[in-house]
Amino acid sequence: MVPAPAVKLWFVREVLPLEAALMRYLRSSYRNAGEAADLRQDIYAEVIASAQKQIPNTAKPFVFAIAHHIMVDRMRRERVVPMDTIADVEKLGLASESPPPDRIVIARDELRHLRAAIEQLPPRCREIVVMARIEGLPGREIATRLNLTDATVSYHLKKGMQLLVDILYGSAPHSEVPE
Amino acid sequence: MTRINENETNSAGTIGDQAAEWLLRQEAPEWLEKDQAALEVWLNESPQHLAAYWRLEAGWARTERLVALKPGRTQRDQTSSRKISWPVLRFVAAASIVIAVTFGGWYSWSTREVEYATTIGQRARILLADGSRIQLNTNSAISVSFGIWQRTVSLKKGEAFFDVQHDAARPFSVLAAGHRITDLGTKFAVRTSNDRLEVTLVEGSARLETVSPLVQHHATDLVPGEVAVATPSTIAVTKLPMHSLANALAWRQGQLVFNHTTLSDAAAEFNRYNSTKLVIEPGIADLTVSGVFDAGSVGIFTNMAKFAFKLRVEKQGHDVLMSR
Repeated sequence: MVPAPAVKLWFVREVLPLEAALMRYLRSSYRNAGEAADLRQDIYAEVIASAQKQIPNTAKPFVFAIAHHIMVDRMRRERVVPMDTIADVEKLGLASESPPPDRIVIARDELRHLRAAIEQLPPRCREIVVMARIEGLPGREIATRLNLTDATVSYHLKKGMQLLVDILYGSAPHSEVPE
Repeated sequence: MTRINENETNSAGTIGDQAAEWLLRQEAPEWLEKDQAALEVWLNESPQHLAAYWRLEAGWARTERLVALKPGRTQRDQTSSRKISWPVLRFVAAASIVIAVTFGGWYSWSTREVEYATTIGQRARILLADGSRIQLNTNSAISVSFGIWQRTVSLKKGEAFFDVQHDAARPFSVLAAGHRITDLGTKFAVRTSNDRLEVTLVEGSARLETVSPLVQHHATDLVPGEVAVATPSTIAVTKLPMHSLANALAWRQGQLVFNHTTLSDAAAEFNRYNSTKLVIEPGIADLTVSGVFDAGSVGIFTNMAKFAFKLRVEKQGHDVLMSR
């Protein structure tokens, strides 16, 4: 059993940066954004379960092999999409190993990227995330200022948090390539 | 490969919501050890939970940098432009802030000292009666003394991050290693080791000055991104780029970020957080490492260094000796 911090570190540094590519791959067969997010969650769970036994040498082929496997499995069960619509993993040229990008070097325009991500949130969500994250206000104070209940603030904050993370990892529906 | 249970009824949406709920609760000051234990239980229930939580946690941590977008607080300008203020009015204004933030606010009217400390490997978040927040790093100690006219925190050892609720009528200052840092509406980190003091300003502005009557008085005003290194007799200020600033504060998430850091410096960092001490043979002290590590996971670091540099790693009592 690999210790949890090692799995976590590997997951955050090696797997999460692949998310935009993974979502493009999933959407090539699954058009529905909700289903793609659902699949992503299952794939990550399986990736983690496997890494708990042994962390693979290279993350990318490993993650995509699991993605392929889970997608085939699900389609077989649902009998909705013909098998040949699944993009061939080999054709994606994943086998060629390029050195992983240096995660220490945070892009100089990360802040601009973050700002753009915030802009994409729905108005109420954005307002509350800005108050919580940029102004650092506690939830109760936000509720008082906006005349909302604590539960409403918490709802928007949770939604905003997830949307923001989706956008940052390139998983958000907006990044879906239109046909 | 572990098969995912086909009867798994939790969709990504609900698990994502649960993960978000945990994360928000964890950031709140009411978060206790028993809550942390409950979170661990939930995480260990399923890789589904780990996946959703780790992803959200890592993504949300990236947005910490958003504080840099915060505009200058207008409230501060109003307060400072009011040149003369009647003590009673100030008292009322300050009182309303305290009550809005916490019901325990009354205690702050009488000056009394409260001490907080962490042991090696621990971190702590403290919410003060005025709404200011302090995060204590490993092996650190502060004492907080709030009076009607001023708020003072002494950093006795270690490192702390301050997110101060500015109140011109009741200045907030941090005393550390013979210096005083006075808040002018600020988020900043302070670290001491021996006689050396390091102040990193994230937001707002702050004044750093010597307080000992034995040395010549030095003072400087810091702006965001600046790091001041002070010894009993000197203050040197350098400007850090944004990403270095984020790296320097990664400890707030329990992380150490190395960027071409020498092996000896990296070991010294790890040793602040762990009772197992890394000892680096002088011949390899100048090798450099880069990466992000959990401060508590020395093993991952030694393994990486072992393979990357083909080093020998041996345990000797409480020490781990690394040599060629």
